[in-house]
Amino acid sequence: MIKSRKKGNNVPGISTASLPDIVFMLLFFFMTVTSIKDYELLVENKLPSATELQKLENKDQIIEMYIGKPTYELASVLGTEPRIQLNTRIIGVSEIGDYVLSELFKKPEEIRNLVTVSLKIDQDVQVGIVSDIKEELRKINLLKVSYTVNEKIVENH
Amino acid sequence: MSRNREIPEVNAGSMADIAFLLLIFFLVTTAIETDMGLLRKLPSKEQETPIVEINERNVFRVNLNKRNQLLVEEAILNITDLKAATISFLDNGGVLTDCSYCEGLRLATSSDSPKEAIITFSSDREASYGNYIQVQNELTAAYNELRNRESLRLYGVEYLKMVKTYSSAKVSLEEKLILEERINRIRQLYPLRISEAETTFKS
Repeated sequence: MIKSRKKGNNVPGISTASLPDIVFMLLFFFMTVTSIKDYELLVENKLPSATELQKLENKDQIIEMYIGKPTYELASVLGTEPRIQLNTRIIGVSEIGDYVLSELFKKPEEIRNLVTVSLKIDQDVQVGIVSDIKEELRKINLLKVSYTVNEKIVENH
Repeated sequence: MSRNREIPEVNAGSMADIAFLLLIFFLVTTAIETDMGLLRKLPSKEQETPIVEINERNVFRVNLNKRNQLLVEEAILNITDLKAATISFLDNGGVLTDCSYCEGLRLATSSDSPKEAIITFSSDREASYGNYIQVQNELTAAYNELRNRESLRLYGVEYLKMVKTYSSAKVSLEEKLILEERINRIRQLYPLRISEAETTFKS
């Protein structure tokens, strides 16, 4: 016992002086590569996966739309039919035009014709509501859409 | 006055704790955004859609029914075979039409050339979106493979690689112009023609 304690005293303590620096570095890294979630998801959103993906380059040229069944906690209020979430609101299919246009006019004028609508649709949603949404987007002449999906990891055979 | 008294050093031992706290806060409240997807352009509503007559052999009908079964040219097909079927349709190449770059079987029942071939994809309202995306993915994969092949033959670079370098910021303007021309050329040879509109057939 005594011997081991003696031995322990001889080992110099590791300096933790650089620990704050390391952690700050990590912090700044995460601050730059991530973006703050501006709202909570009100609908389930399990994206399907695909292999032939194209990256959406500019974040400011995207209008996001989530489609899915309301989450478990909200099912009692909103029911179990698929709903559309735009920003913080749940909207109906017929209101899409108005809301998307108001989103569009928040963007600077120069990039308005580059705006892509990113459709984040749960994989269990039926295609019917998707084609309704596309029809609404056609009505307001916003024709660039992206079916946002996860990347599928391809197994090599 | 005891001005010259040494100022005691601030204890920095808790600095790491504070930084960790901030780090964890940012990890929890932020999300790494991965916006990847299948890009599509919807048909415009403002222009009157002209009635185009298309030869029956140039139409490739893909249908997803409400039981999520895939019907291709009125026969049930497995989703894993869709890509190959699409490629053989697009790449068929008619006998009379000039499609020197096609490597298909030149069947009389399949398309004349990729420029004239049209894929019509209709899906039932009750089909699931996951399957819908799978079909879209396979169709895109077929086009990408053909474009890659053609691009490799003409320029020695894969089409997708060209698109990638084109969108990266490191490329100089002259290179960009060359790339743009090449990409457009490949797109002309294999135009992405997937129609989701109602198609009516003259009897």
